[in-house]
Amino acid sequence: MSELRLTINGVHHTLDVPQSRTLAEVLRYDLGLTGTKIGCNEAECGICTVHVNGTPINSCIYPAFRAQGKTIVTIEGLAAQDESGEHLHPVQEAFINHCAVQCGFCTPGLMMTATALLNENPNPDDKDIKVALKDTYCRCTGYTSVIAAIKSAGSVIRGEGALPVNDPPIDEPMNVIGHSEKVQDIVERVTGRAKYTDDYVFDGMLFARTLRSRYPHARILSIDTSAAKAFPGVQAVLTAADVPGENLHGLVHFDWPVLCGDKVRYMGDAVAIIAADTQEIADKALALILVEYEPLGVVADPVYARTPEAPVLHEGREGGNLLKHIKVRHGDMEKGFAESDVIIERTYHTPTTEHAFLEPECAIGIPAGYDAEHEKLTIYVGSQIPYQDRNQIARAMNLPDEAVRVRGTLIGGGFGGKEDIAGQIHVSMLAEVTQRPVKMLYTRQESLLFHPKRHATVIRIKTGAKNDGTLMAVEAELYGDGGAYASLSDKVMTRATTHATGPYNVPNAKIDCYAMYTNNPPSGAFRGFGVTQSAFAVEQNMDLIAEAIGMDAVEFRLKNAQKVGVTTGTGQLLRESVGLIETIEKVDADMRANGHFQWGWREGDMAYGWGIACAYKNTGLGGGAPDKSDAEVEAFEDGSVEVRSSSADMGQGLVAVLAQCAAEELGLPYNHVRVLLSDTDLTPNGGPTTASRQTFMSGNAVRLAAANLRDALKTVVSEEFDYPPDRLRFEEGLVRANGSSMSFGEAVKLAKKQGISTRILHEYWGPKTQPLGTGGDMHFAFSYATQAALCSVDLNTGVVSVEKIISATDIGRAINPLLLQGQIEGGIIMAMGNCLTESYIVENGVPWSTLLSRYKMPSIKHTPQIISHLVEHRSSEGPYGAKGVGEIPSINTSPAIANAIYNAVGVRVFNIPVDQDALLRAMRKGETEVYAAWHDVK
Amino acid sequence: MQLWQDYHTPTSVEEAIQHLSSYAGNSRIIAGGTDLLIDLQFNHEGPMLDALIDVTAIPEMTRLTEENGWCTVGGAVTHTNIVKSALIESKATCLVESCGVVGGPQVRNVGTLGGNVAHALPAGDGTTSLVALDAEAEVAWGDGRREWLPLVQLFKGPGVSALDSSRDLLVVFRFKLCGDGEATAFKRIMRPQGVALPVLGCAVWVKLDESKQNYTAARICIGPIASVPARASEVELALYGQPANDDTLEKAVKIAHETLHPRTSKYRATAEYRDHMIETLLRQALPLAVKRAQTGVAQAEGVGMG
Ligand SMILES: Cc1cc2nc3c(=O)[nH]c(=O)nc-3n(C[C@H](O)[C@H](O)[C@H](O)COP(=O)(O)OP(=O)(O)OC[C@H]3O[C@@H](n4cnc5c(N)ncnc54)[C@H](O)[C@@H]3O)c2cc1C
Ligand code: FES
Ligand code: FES
Repeated sequence: MSELRLTINGVHHTLDVPQSRTLAEVLRYDLGLTGTKIGCNEAECGICTVHVNGTPINSCIYPAFRAQGKTIVTIEGLAAQDESGEHLHPVQEAFINHCAVQCGFCTPGLMMTATALLNENPNPDDKDIKVALKDTYCRCTGYTSVIAAIKSAGSVIRGEGALPVNDPPIDEPMNVIGHSEKVQDIVERVTGRAKYTDDYVFDGMLFARTLRSRYPHARILSIDTSAAKAFPGVQAVLTAADVPGENLHGLVHFDWPVLCGDKVRYMGDAVAIIAADTQEIADKALALILVEYEPLGVVADPVYARTPEAPVLHEGREGGNLLKHIKVRHGDMEKGFAESDVIIERTYHTPTTEHAFLEPECAIGIPAGYDAEHEKLTIYVGSQIPYQDRNQIARAMNLPDEAVRVRGTLIGGGFGGKEDIAGQIHVSMLAEVTQRPVKMLYTRQESLLFHPKRHATVIRIKTGAKNDGTLMAVEAELYGDGGAYASLSDKVMTRATTHATGPYNVPNAKIDCYAMYTNNPPSGAFRGFGVTQSAFAVEQNMDLIAEAIGMDAVEFRLKNAQKVGVTTGTGQLLRESVGLIETIEKVDADMRANGHFQWGWREGDMAYGWGIACAYKNTGLGGGAPDKSDAEVEAFEDGSVEVRSSSADMGQGLVAVLAQCAAEELGLPYNHVRVLLSDTDLTPNGGPTTASRQTFMSGNAVRLAAANLRDALKTVVSEEFDYPPDRLRFEEGLVRANGSSMSFGEAVKLAKKQGISTRILHEYWGPKTQPLGTGGDMHFAFSYATQAALCSVDLNTGVVSVEKIISATDIGRAINPLLLQGQIEGGIIMAMGNCLTESYIVENGVPWSTLLSRYKMPSIKHTPQIISHLVEHRSSEGPYGAKGVGEIPSINTSPAIANAIYNAVGVRVFNIPVDQDALLRAMRKGETEVYAAWHDVK
Repeated sequence: MQLWQDYHTPTSVEEAIQHLSSYAGNSRIIAGGTDLLIDLQFNHEGPMLDALIDVTAIPEMTRLTEENGWCTVGGAVTHTNIVKSALIESKATCLVESCGVVGGPQVRNVGTLGGNVAHALPAGDGTTSLVALDAEAEVAWGDGRREWLPLVQLFKGPGVSALDSSRDLLVVFRFKLCGDGEATAFKRIMRPQGVALPVLGCAVWVKLDESKQNYTAARICIGPIASVPARASEVELALYGQPANDDTLEKAVKIAHETLHPRTSKYRATAEYRDHMIETLLRQALPLAVKRAQTGVAQAEGVGMG
């Protein structure tokens, strides 16, 4: 230990800490300044940025003792404090106003980098901002709002006032619905006070680590933990034998060992867990566990997995490596192709991709009875499915569900990647064994290795159409790489399959999908849920057909677009809320606005092209799965209301949406409603936050609970005023009769006096759906979208850039337009990554993409101009007409870019991420098709 | 994860060398740490280091000076400070252009030229430009000797330096600044996927005759081609005494294709693509350097746009 003197946010500190500390560690763990986040420890993500003597640096690789005697500013020091309270920095104000904060995990880094820029240059242009923030990543926003916020902050700093917010126009705003309200803890998120799991500290807390497999496929012969157990400071070392209950967990199938005892099936498999007094001790002790393996043959790809010679991962399992064969049958294929004038058949490959939410997984377990606050076994975690976490923990711990409490913390991004169990069961076991709180924080590298990803797919698709542009038939075969465990493969690949006709009227369809087990990391939910993959194939085949029959790509889509009255490939008659045509028309009009439209052209050494693609995506679980969401609304005498729901806000702004629904129904100002999320003891089950379902499902549950509460209050007030209940008006925080009124709080008081409960639970059941293959309504709503991408290709290098995206999205109803726009912009940028930068590479079962520096997601420098239109074809059952939006923007960007590349240079890419190397070689050789992606450069 | 035990911040080269020798090989020099700390965490499974020796507080190593047409850049000068130097921008432009594309601002604010060279990658961006500038490096060897060496002598193989950064110190670099009729340029090709190292980088230095119409000399560094950074001498020779026009450029391109044989490297580039890029880079960098030499005006391009 040595003396370290620092001035942090104006306060002098003299610390006694080891010289081995990084600055980030001193800030977070020695000083409790947890506003500074760690996303990678690799100098890649930039979210740990702080200022040292005014200069922005990555604190994760900055040795603390280099800062000796220096002045440091962190996110906690941005706002000014005086007697009158806290005054946010213009950057903080601007990030709030422009909705440049979603999950908030990157926000400290973005704002520290931005303030450093503005300190030097208060009038930055787009390029200055892109240079300054180039290596400060955000996975949620898509950066457009960030750029706007920084410019606005600059304007305020220059004394020229804030710039207008780009709040999209919408149809018929209501009192609260249709307004861009801010999420309730937005100030916490911009000041660094917002707490994510790793920011919690409990007395006596231990630190945990997981020993993972050394092979992608092997039998475990022996595990020797004696040396690790004997290591000073180690409190527990547990293996499969120590799992108190079921050693298998899972979301759909229970096939995933909590700890592997006999066999490992991928490199991320957990073999042993350790809890120790410090992280360093846990790290060291981990290396002392000896495991003897017998390596087995590796199943490295899904096509091989289906061959008879492939080793079987789950021995004794009926069906072997075939997790599921999914079929769509519709119409008469022979007739369909016989009547087609043009038939196009191609095979497409999409890669495994990684969510790269900026907050790595973290869970804290607290043993039952540890203190007054923790009477039950309690797990703190940022999870997308708290109740299912509870159930999986209870099964493994051999406890009834009610004996476990899951308390949701803020989630630093999820995108589908925080649905599966990570450390939740492990910390439960370690906490109960040691009778101490235990924290398990994954490193970025562990996160990359461990958690389920987006399925890599191989998609062969054959499309037939008549010369007049009528689509006649689609036949497709999909292989999905499900990885070592089922996770949500079954559901994801079903969605890929059912959406493989595209959002079109296809009278004849035959689609087969094989979801396979392999020794790769498991695949599961990822924004787009399989449809991202099939759309890449479908929408390029659409362009190929249009070209073959000589029809404009837009006209061809318009001609076949789903509309009310069309029956989908799964036999669902669309009866309402099909805004696809309007989305196509809006995008087309914008794309052709300059008068002399061309799909492709050249300027000097650059080729430019436009590409278009459409998409649809179901809202809700569908396929016959009972879809239910519970919510509770309670009114208080001070006129405030609390909404309670176990549903996840991972940055998409669900807390705002739920509060808006309650405020609208109760005629309250938005800020009179607070929302309590995700505590299985205090909040009812909102179901999984997946399938773009929460606005629809939990939105409805809250809306109806609030409406019931309103009706209860009406009875009371009606008697008091002697006025018919149905003519009472709830508005502006008052209950109004003709001439007289009382405040909402007084109405609550009155109700309570009469013994009427002002706490209402509503169990909302989504409309019934049908399983695939039975016909009828497989889903209760679909969102629709069209996007056009303008791309450039550098003819000297093959480098592809996206210059502009025009999007139009039918979401039924814009409940919160700015949050919605944020979902669309963020989804587009994420999908750009899917097409251009991202591939999680696994070499014969061994991941290569084990560092964030090997997995590049789009940075601010890739951000194109984005124009997004909202289209609102109301869904009769959705809250105020709303449908889901979370996933749809991530579906059609990739094929739109691929189509644009073709229109620019005449080369079509069938594999992604696009390889500029292969593209340029094809261009030089005059080839028109490229089947190599980046990961094929070997 | 604990990566080191002690942390020292010496204020002289001698003190630094003493620290290194007292740890007998189990300490390392740290400059920006942007390579070192990542390597320590993820690439080496070896035991924890006893100490890091921070060289960023040694005045001699953080200075950037001009004397008699020569520029001296301390080994611990950051990329940011190189980019901010008006002197280097105007008279050794390629160095600003290469240091200006390393990482993002946070990396450039701490990452150093010395670290870039000591890391010994065949295509470290700063290194590529230093080679074209024909730089020399002053090394303080662990045995107390100090010695000036041509930069290219520091590289032994990919990632392998003649220096042992647990004993020896790169103190300063020096190179001759461009005079009348001389100029430099740096360009590189990146891909948006995978590690942040160039697919191919290219720095050129040209000297024109009095008429400013003919080359009298040139130095070109294109990498990665071999396992260490190296000059493209056949291409340089093809320029000597030739008119600075398109014909000569075509000849240079032709000779480059014939004499430079880049390799395929996994997840970075195919040999064939790199071969195309040699041409693309020469066509960009050579005319740019010539124009700068002719006009005497050089403004760095692409800074911050790595
Ligand atoms: C996100 C990111 C992006 C990057 N992008 C690029 C890029 O585009 N181009 C590029 O070239 N590099 C890039 N790098 C690599 C790195 O930033 C540079 O190579 C940088 O110049 C290294 O300098 P440093 O001071 O950080 O070195 P350190 O990490 O401090 O040191 C590197 C090695 O050199 C030794 N060393 C350092 N200084 C001396 C000295 N004076 N004498 C002897 N030995 C010494 C150290 O012991 C260590 O072995 C990137 C790194 C990151 C994290
Ligand atoms: S750059 Fe420091 S945590 Fe990612
Ligand atoms: S808001 Fe930027 S990562 Fe979530």
